[in-house]
Amino acid sequence: MKAPAFDYLRAASLAEALSALAQHGESAKLLAGGQSLVPALNLRLLAPEILIDLNEVPELKGVSVENGRLRLGALTRHSELERSALIREHAPLLAEAIRHVAHPAIRSRGTIGGNLAHADPASELPACAVALGAELVIAGQGGERRVAADDFFEGVYATNLAPDDILVAIEFPLAAPTRRHAFLELSRRMGDYALVGIACTADYAGGALRDLKPVFFAAGPRPTLAVRAAEALDGKPLDSAALDAAVEALGQDIEPEGDLQISAATRLHLARTLFRRAVAALAPEAPLARKQETAA
Amino acid sequence: MSPRHPLSFSVNGESVSLLVDPRRHLGDILREDLGLTGTHLGCEHGVCGACTVRLNGEIVRSCLTLAIQCEGATVQTIEGLSDTGEVADLQEAFRNRNALQCGYCTPGMIVTAQDLLLRHPDPSREEIREHLSGNFCRCTGYHAIVDAVATTAQARAAAQAETDELAKLHA
Repeated sequence: MKAPAFDYLRAASLAEALSALAQHGESAKLLAGGQSLVPALNLRLLAPEILIDLNEVPELKGVSVENGRLRLGALTRHSELERSALIREHAPLLAEAIRHVAHPAIRSRGTIGGNLAHADPASELPACAVALGAELVIAGQGGERRVAADDFFEGVYATNLAPDDILVAIEFPLAAPTRRHAFLELSRRMGDYALVGIACTADYAGGALRDLKPVFFAAGPRPTLAVRAAEALDGKPLDSAALDAAVEALGQDIEPEGDLQISAATRLHLARTLFRRAVAALAPEAPLARKQETAA
Repeated sequence: MSPRHPLSFSVNGESVSLLVDPRRHLGDILREDLGLTGTHLGCEHGVCGACTVRLNGEIVRSCLTLAIQCEGATVQTIEGLSDTGEVADLQEAFRNRNALQCGYCTPGMIVTAQDLLLRHPDPSREEIREHLSGNFCRCTGYHAIVDAVATTAQARAAAQAETDELAKLHA
């Protein structure tokens, strides 16, 4: 299939992009990496009048540590998440997760800003942003505002972005040396969309996980922090009984739906399995019995 | 119709200037306007990998890259990589190992495999499969393709070791 006709503007600055977006409103689409937008155009699921290309906007570029935070310009490509030593040092969860995002020839174009703004419920990076407590920097006609990742994702392909907003950067707290992370996903083939996945960060001290942030993706309309499962473990001696209780509580946190690939019950079962594996990966020294995974 | 836009970029070392509709992707421009039909179009929505080319040193899906985005860019297609001899050994290994049958996926496979070998000269079979996971082949079952890439990696490593040895002798 071929894309429908549209006009094209290569914005040279954030101001120009914002002004073009204000002028064209919802008949415009922002083009970053294009790895979700161009397929949608080729399949004629979208028919914008104009694409506003952000790729030459300098304000959206750069990876840096500023004011004790890791700042990734919205145009930071997935391949940079794979290769950047700065990102590996300060947000190792991202570097680990990115290998599960599509394939090398897509990661070379796809951007973190485009990924988060697209808000695909099966996408890895939104869950990572929530698990890491990221903050999104958004520019609009009224100036700049900041939104916590957990408030940014509102539903299936739905975010806090207004039609005339542009996501500028994503800021992450620097990972403390003691902070642990786990990232697990199940998919039919490497690089496919996840059947279900988990991004998780935690501290481990005195035989207990603390400040546990288990975030599921492809398990609901938006990345979901499993609050009750986390509470069941937080600060308590981590053993098999505690983990069983948390796995049980997980059923109240997420309510995955079935689709053509797997049923809702299977998806919940797999989520529970991944949660067990994630906790075991976070605290390999904890006295957890090797449990038959079918009993999850 | 939306107006056409001027586009100047480098393709296989040659400067190209033309007017393009913004809606057209790089794969179509390469094939239809420049006659470079070695870049194959399969699914045209980023799934199959047949249209993989090199853009500014990185492999990309030419069906998911609008041509108009390539202003000032350097593009290399399978024709360019073949003419310079950069992938001659990979192509020979594909032939020797019967790593193609219908051949439709082969240009994308070669471009992607070369990208892997440049970044990781000594890949495991698992790493080869992972790097090629975005390139579909419906004929071979992939085993022969992985063999051909692994063989090429070994041959290049051996040649490099020989070069290093000679350099030591002459030092």
